[in-house]
Amino acid sequence: MKLNGAKILVNSLQSEGVKHIFGYPGGAVLHIYDALDACTEIDHILVRHEQGAAHAADGYARTSGKCGVALVTSGPGITNAVTGIATAYMDSIPMVIISGQVPSQLIGNDAFQEVDAVGITRSCVKHNFLIKDINKIASTVKKAFHIATTGRPGPVLIDIPKDITIAEIEEQEYPSSVDIRSYSVVGRANAEQINAAADLIANAKRPIIYTGGGCITGNASNELTKFTKNLGFPITQTLMGLGAYPATDKLSLGMLGMHGTYEANMAMHGSDCVIAVGARFDDRVTANVDKFCPAAKIVHIDIDPTSISKNVAVDAPIVGDVKSVLEDLIAAMNTRSIQDISTWWSDIKKWRSIDSLAYKTSKGVIKPQSVIEALYDVTKGNAIVSTDVGQHQMWAAQYYKFDEPRRLITSGGLGTMGFGLPAAMGAKVAMPDMDVACVTGDGSIQMMTQELSTMLQFSTPVKIINMNNSYLGMVRQWQEFFYEKRYSMSYMDSIPDFVKLAESYGHIGIKVEDESDLKPALIEAFKQKDRTVFLDIITDHTENVFPMIPAGAGHNEMILGDRDKIEGDNQGVNLV
Amino acid sequence: MRHIISVMLENEAGALSRVSGLFSARGFNIESLTVAPTNDPTLSRMTIVSIGDDGIIEQIVKQLNKLVDVAKVTDLTATEHIERELLLVKVYVNKDTQADIDKKIDDFACKIVDVSEDSYIIELAGQGKKIDDFLDALDAFRILEVSRTGVTGVCQKR
Repeated sequence: MKLNGAKILVNSLQSEGVKHIFGYPGGAVLHIYDALDACTEIDHILVRHEQGAAHAADGYARTSGKCGVALVTSGPGITNAVTGIATAYMDSIPMVIISGQVPSQLIGNDAFQEVDAVGITRSCVKHNFLIKDINKIASTVKKAFHIATTGRPGPVLIDIPKDITIAEIEEQEYPSSVDIRSYSVVGRANAEQINAAADLIANAKRPIIYTGGGCITGNASNELTKFTKNLGFPITQTLMGLGAYPATDKLSLGMLGMHGTYEANMAMHGSDCVIAVGARFDDRVTANVDKFCPAAKIVHIDIDPTSISKNVAVDAPIVGDVKSVLEDLIAAMNTRSIQDISTWWSDIKKWRSIDSLAYKTSKGVIKPQSVIEALYDVTKGNAIVSTDVGQHQMWAAQYYKFDEPRRLITSGGLGTMGFGLPAAMGAKVAMPDMDVACVTGDGSIQMMTQELSTMLQFSTPVKIINMNNSYLGMVRQWQEFFYEKRYSMSYMDSIPDFVKLAESYGHIGIKVEDESDLKPALIEAFKQKDRTVFLDIITDHTENVFPMIPAGAGHNEMILGDRDKIEGDNQGVNLV
Repeated sequence: MRHIISVMLENEAGALSRVSGLFSARGFNIESLTVAPTNDPTLSRMTIVSIGDDGIIEQIVKQLNKLVDVAKVTDLTATEHIERELLLVKVYVNKDTQADIDKKIDDFACKIVDVSEDSYIIELAGQGKKIDDFLDALDAFRILEVSRTGVTGVCQKR
């Protein structure tokens, strides 16, 4: 039987097990949409802006671990999606983006809605393809999914000209395997690297385990938990890594880095052996690299060789899939005895007692930190929490204790405002039985409010926790600290009435202005299982995120909040 | 330090821009870059000359390997290798200078590949240093045009 290219494409997606596509139609993809219309196996979610499609596919992938799929048209369709693709790329999220292209014979002619999609996306995809031959549709889809989901995952773009979707060929069998000679997937690490690392770990007197998003991407939570508990070592996690190890466990020091806890950053600074697992020594984590972990030998486990010694020189690199590496390391440590680290733990306990996440409350005013704490209580720590970017993102990371992986959905690498709402929608599509909260702010939410419409049409009830302080809070915080309180363009005047906005999109809107109303409002919101509820929470306008490592400082040079229980000489750290 | 990096690349449209894009996006230096097909029509060989400390060269090699279209990366500088570059130079010639220029051509064992009324086109293949030296020697005359291919190289061992 003869099939057109669009049908072959849709069949290929079906063969890959795709159940959901987030997309937006347009001229170049009309044949594909026609083929999708006849396909009952794949649900298509019609977003309101292509950036939303990419973020939703991304949120879907982060939550489910499956490959997210987005479908957009040529020209503005794909350029709108670029921010979402770059977001996924920076956080190594498996995603396949299909973009329509003008007909082959028009490529290069500045045709209507033509852009060089492959050229534009080259630096923010793991790989991309322009299909020039209808016979290569199926094999290209196969390759795209393989590349997107294996090794260090990432987004892969398939650009397909309209004429290729129209042409017909005899139906072919979908390839069962894929062979790309220039692409190989890293598997188990070699034993020498494991043993060298194990020797370093066995000699450590002040060890710390520092883990990142790789532990979540690599589904290595169980192995990480076993490895950490076997050794009894302190563990700190990056923003991207939160949830891979239970935050409520006593070995957990919380997040590290620019807004990490005092104990996590001080332990990094004092450590003699840092065991980095699926983390990439990002500048928000290392702070000033010249002052980074001055006394530590560094073990680094990563699937991507380019991550090793990129920012920080590594003493014992292990290149491999994190799950199998941790299995091998657990076995290697079983044959070795480790040092007594009780004095190290007593140092850490002292740092912990400073209680760096303490904050001042005042009657009536809603403190943003308390919003996250209340959210944690009301959801019993069991919600999927997506965030946007800014102060609220840091508070969500600091105060919601993530005990399981794939629960915090946040744009860590690119820091994309507008990510939260469509990502929450994607998460809800992936996990319809779970509560999904989108923690956002009055700045971020306004970048993607149009997706409220999608959420009504496709019944993806999400609880929007809008921390409304009438400021671009993180910008305001930097201006307060480093620009002598010149608040240039960080105040948002004319903020919409979010309650009415939510209502106009057919959702429930609740405004919360008094601290005593906070918890009841949250409880009410989560009771509404089938409705999206927009909680517009007016929070303390000028609250700042603490601790904070200012630019150029080291881990031991944090600015702390005024409530932190710091004594004597330590007060000096406030002045940095 | 100067490194010659040899890259076997899938002979696909856009593969070249993946490599050049990588260098510009990550701020790596390119001194010269040559690319042409090999005996295997599906593969091209690209030879890149770059300058950087060991850490940077290590990153360049790793980042190149990470590109899906890259089949093999070799740092030729780390092994026994042969490197060559081709120069075509057009130089102004008249009665007063002809003898001197002919002498230089002999000294450097170059070939005159084209002669016109008032100019030569001279061909020279060799290591970059030799080509630099030859161009220095020609400086005393009037060079009209210079075209260098950039370095290409192969590893001596099998």
